Amino acid sequence: MQKRLIVNHQLLDIMVLRLCHQLIENHGDFSDSVILGLQPRGRFVAQRIQHTLASILGKQVPTGYLDTTFHRDDFRRRETPLTANATKVDFLIEGKNVILVDDVLYTGRSVRAALDAMIAYGRPANVELLVLIDRLYSRHLPIQPTYVGRHVNSLQSQRVLVEWKEQQAPEDNIWLITKNEE
Amino acid sequence: MQELSVRHLLGIKDITPQDIQLIFETADNFKDVLNRPIKKVPSLRDITIANVFFENSTRTRLSFELAEKRLSADVINFSSSSSSVKKGETLLDTVNNILAMKVDMIVMRHSSPGAPHFLSNHIKANIVNAGDGTHEHPTQALLDSFSIRERLGDVAGKKVVIIGDILHSRVALSNIFALQKLGAEVMVCGPTTLLPKHIRQLGVKVELDVRKALAWCDVANVLRIQLERQQMKYFPSLREYTLYYGIDKKMLNSLDKEITLMHPGPINRGVELSSDAADSHHSIILNQVENGVAIRMAVLFLLAQKQ
Repeated sequence: MQKRLIVNHQLLDIMVLRLCHQLIENHGDFSDSVILGLQPRGRFVAQRIQHTLASILGKQVPTGYLDTTFHRDDFRRRETPLTANATKVDFLIEGKNVILVDDVLYTGRSVRAALDAMIAYGRPANVELLVLIDRLYSRHLPIQPTYVGRHVNSLQSQRVLVEWKEQQAPEDNIWLITKNEE
Repeated sequence: MQELSVRHLLGIKDITPQDIQLIFETADNFKDVLNRPIKKVPSLRDITIANVFFENSTRTRLSFELAEKRLSADVINFSSSSSSVKKGETLLDTVNNILAMKVDMIVMRHSSPGAPHFLSNHIKANIVNAGDGTHEHPTQALLDSFSIRERLGDVAGKKVVIIGDILHSRVALSNIFALQKLGAEVMVCGPTTLLPKHIRQLGVKVELDVRKALAWCDVANVLRIQLERQQMKYFPSLREYTLYYGIDKKMLNSLDKEITLMHPGPINRGVELSSDAADSHHSIILNQVENGVAIRMAVLFLLAQKQ
């Protein structure tokens, strides 16, 4: 297994800061906007975005976590069983501008499930998608992100891993992992 | 990634403490789903579930049906009173006929202990036991422990007394297994005629005086006197039973601590529980019913992954 660093922690900080400024361009003071991180890994990105926005705007943007397990289309079709995570959406999304946040956009199926899961909480005025990494040419569905940290051209056999200090990783890093051919 | 160690939920005896924890954690998430404006998820949309009830049931059947519908499963209902069972068809034939119509899961209640175990050896579909005679009622025990966990934070280390007709109760047996697997201390309390002879071998305490039992416990799970299962007289009269084993508000107030009162329903008000006790703040009876749907959703969801 080969592990190649594609974004180090300094670059990641800059990337998050840039994404936050792009968000501010579109959402102003965030009075009608909320952030939803997709469980399990988008939650850390959402927390980071919320934290960085707070340091720029001086206010906490409502942030929740959305679990898509029960809405996935590969339930009972995959090798490993799905485990549900907590959902925490303690605000109304009816009429709001929702920013869905995830770490890596790959096939687009999680995002489709997230759109389904989100609708159970009301009808948002507008939905956007923010991802740190967009894996090119891998989409199964017509889903495109609104805000992208970085585009990555990768093989199907490769995997993009985003590590956070909150998950006991030594540093915030983004890796491209290649499995060796047997 | 976790999954259940079993393909069928036949009884609490067959599952591990880890299975119970996984069911609880999944039920937490489903409870959250049930509090949303739209209380439905599409997880089981490609699954058909047959509710096969050879014995009367209101609460359990409604709870299962609601759980199935909230998971988007297709549901068919079958009750023996309006079926070919009356014409002499065997259990296996009846179920095989249902399965021939491409049914994926069976939720079954039967008056014979072991009926779902027998079926599990002969058919491919997942089976959920919704009560087999006087043997087990696993989902009830799961929702009881889940409700204790919700009220008191944890089941481990708690003292739970089961009061009433232990002899005829599947709820009692499943509860004993579940509570012990989760680390609680269990006591049974009732007239000697309604306590099974070798119940101590299960590692439970036995108490005949309900006042002492209440003084000992953190949680009291009160059972109904199952007159329909009693083929002989086990006590002189219901009035006498109430006199010795009925629980009322005065008794609860006389304790020097707060206890939690549970009942699997249906309650016979004025027999095992007085109305003022059943409706008091001690009681979590309606929480149990609410949690029942979440627990059953979790069980069906987790079993569906084991096909």
